[in-house]
Amino acid sequence: MLSMLMRRSALGLITVWLVSIIIFIGVEILPGDACTAFLEREAQGLLLENCRRDLGLDRPAWMRYGEWAANALSGNLGVSPDGQRQISELVGYRLRNTLLLASGAILCGIPLALFLGIVAALWRDRPFDIIVSTTAIAAMTIPEFVSATLLILIFSVWLGWVPGIVLTSSNAPLAEFFPEVLLPIAVLTLVMTAHILRTVRSSVIETLASDYAQMAILKGVPYWQMVIRHVLPNALLPTINVVALTIAWLLGGVVVIETVFNYPGLGRMMIDSISDRDLPVTQAIALIIASVYVGVNLLADLLTMVANPRLRTAHLRGK
Amino acid sequence: MTVASTYRRAGPVQRFWGVIKDICSRPSGTIGLALVFAHIALALIGPFIVPYEYTAMNAAQMLSQPSAAHWLGADHLGRDTLTRTLLGGREAILVTGIATPLAVLWGGLVGVFFGLVGGRVDDVLMRIVDAFLSLPWILKMLVLIVTFGTGIEVLIPTLAFFYGIPVIRIARAATHDVVARDFVQAARARGHGRFTIIWQELLPNVRDALLVEGAMRWSWMLLAFSSLSFLGFGVSPPTPDWGLMIADARGFMSFSPWGVIAPMIGLSSLIIGINLSADALAKALGIDRAQKAPV
Repeated sequence: MLSMLMRRSALGLITVWLVSIIIFIGVEILPGDACTAFLEREAQGLLLENCRRDLGLDRPAWMRYGEWAANALSGNLGVSPDGQRQISELVGYRLRNTLLLASGAILCGIPLALFLGIVAALWRDRPFDIIVSTTAIAAMTIPEFVSATLLILIFSVWLGWVPGIVLTSSNAPLAEFFPEVLLPIAVLTLVMTAHILRTVRSSVIETLASDYAQMAILKGVPYWQMVIRHVLPNALLPTINVVALTIAWLLGGVVVIETVFNYPGLGRMMIDSISDRDLPVTQAIALIIASVYVGVNLLADLLTMVANPRLRTAHLRGK
Repeated sequence: MTVASTYRRAGPVQRFWGVIKDICSRPSGTIGLALVFAHIALALIGPFIVPYEYTAMNAAQMLSQPSAAHWLGADHLGRDTLTRTLLGGREAILVTGIATPLAVLWGGLVGVFFGLVGGRVDDVLMRIVDAFLSLPWILKMLVLIVTFGTGIEVLIPTLAFFYGIPVIRIARAATHDVVARDFVQAARARGHGRFTIIWQELLPNVRDALLVEGAMRWSWMLLAFSSLSFLGFGVSPPTPDWGLMIADARGFMSFSPWGVIAPMIGLSSLIIGINLSADALAKALGIDRAQKAPV
């Protein structure tokens, strides 16, 4: 058990390390560097050379990678070339704002998805199930910017209930993000719920058809007791992984949604930094998002392992 | 599974029609296939049936409401919304229609090959795949697009490359299910080489999984393509494209809602059509895709 946990965590760390290399190479191939961005791209000759020497950009790539990785490990993400400010400070507020979005969506989405998924499975092929399943397919397949635009059109242009655009600055206190933050959260919740509920539904249906559920029915266990004691614990286990994948998706998917709503979060900052060739910022954000992705997936694997006795003892049975 | 195993005995042509018939036996499958074929047909004949030139501007009609001359009104430059919506999917279908088979092909071959070979190389490859998957798609695409430009010749290989990576995983998993079976062992015992085994034994058995995967990749690629257009990193104006049209018309949607609604209907109907078809295809081939999560 412990060795499996260690093994899985080590794999996660290796993945993050590989990601850092990919990010570094990716940013290397982007045209321009911190100096051309800082000096407005027209800079040439001596000025550019001096700047590169000052920032140490004239050294070979592997040396710069080593330095960047070592600094990132100690929490120092470097200095942004434009404002001479710490990137960790710039990114900090953006990360907080994105986490506000994500946690709102997670708090609404997961309970909603569990409820709808279980009910749809128990009432399989009845009108409720058909409506829920169809809506879910539509919600998860339509691009986020389409559902976002649709919600803005309905709730802010036609009904005028909530603002359709966020004008709050990135370092404002969280309270000032209400009520503007509600629509972005709604869009995220919609997509997330759709993904999770589909898994919940099919997992519950599968478990209902299993031998032990049939056995419980034949034994005369009351329906609800059978569902709660035998079906749900087994059916919900595989959803842990999907929830993790969805949360990880969320951090990437917010990019489009933040742009639609002009929301000052990490995703929009990433797009801006790529267009502005603000490379240290791009690297920092990419590393944060990838680490969260790996971390959440790792956590889900560990949870599944702890919760599932069969996986816990798999190595004893020579698998 | 029973359905899938009956097809397996039939010849390729029979099998193809069997699968199509199976897809059409479900209402959702019929609707899905109909939507997809309608969009493809529209992309082919679109230029011959549209009422206006997509670049024709008419200042008097700027942001106009639907009328007899302009059924869905006109956009902020006075261009006919109906015309641009009907043509708005051509670029998307062309790019993703080429990129999807490429992605499935390279991802599938790499996945099957390493699934068969296994060992240390396979472990390393899977770590690299994991690393790629843990980065948001938009970041990966943007880096290449910002570097090399937004033309079709950049978008197609970029999409094909990144969307082939998750296919590696699927193909590898499907291969692992097959490799241990008797007929692969028998082929090995007969002394067949690696590539003969891949071609004759493995590919026919992972083909179904790859087909379903390809159908899903197609819809995700369309999503990525239109999102890129929406963000201004995809199709360049004045080419009509749904994502771009929605981005342009968003600012005016309080007085000219059709500018966003029409392209939204176009894009959504195609994507939903592909997904319904993919679902029906998965059921017809006996593969469950409900467990799949977004990547």
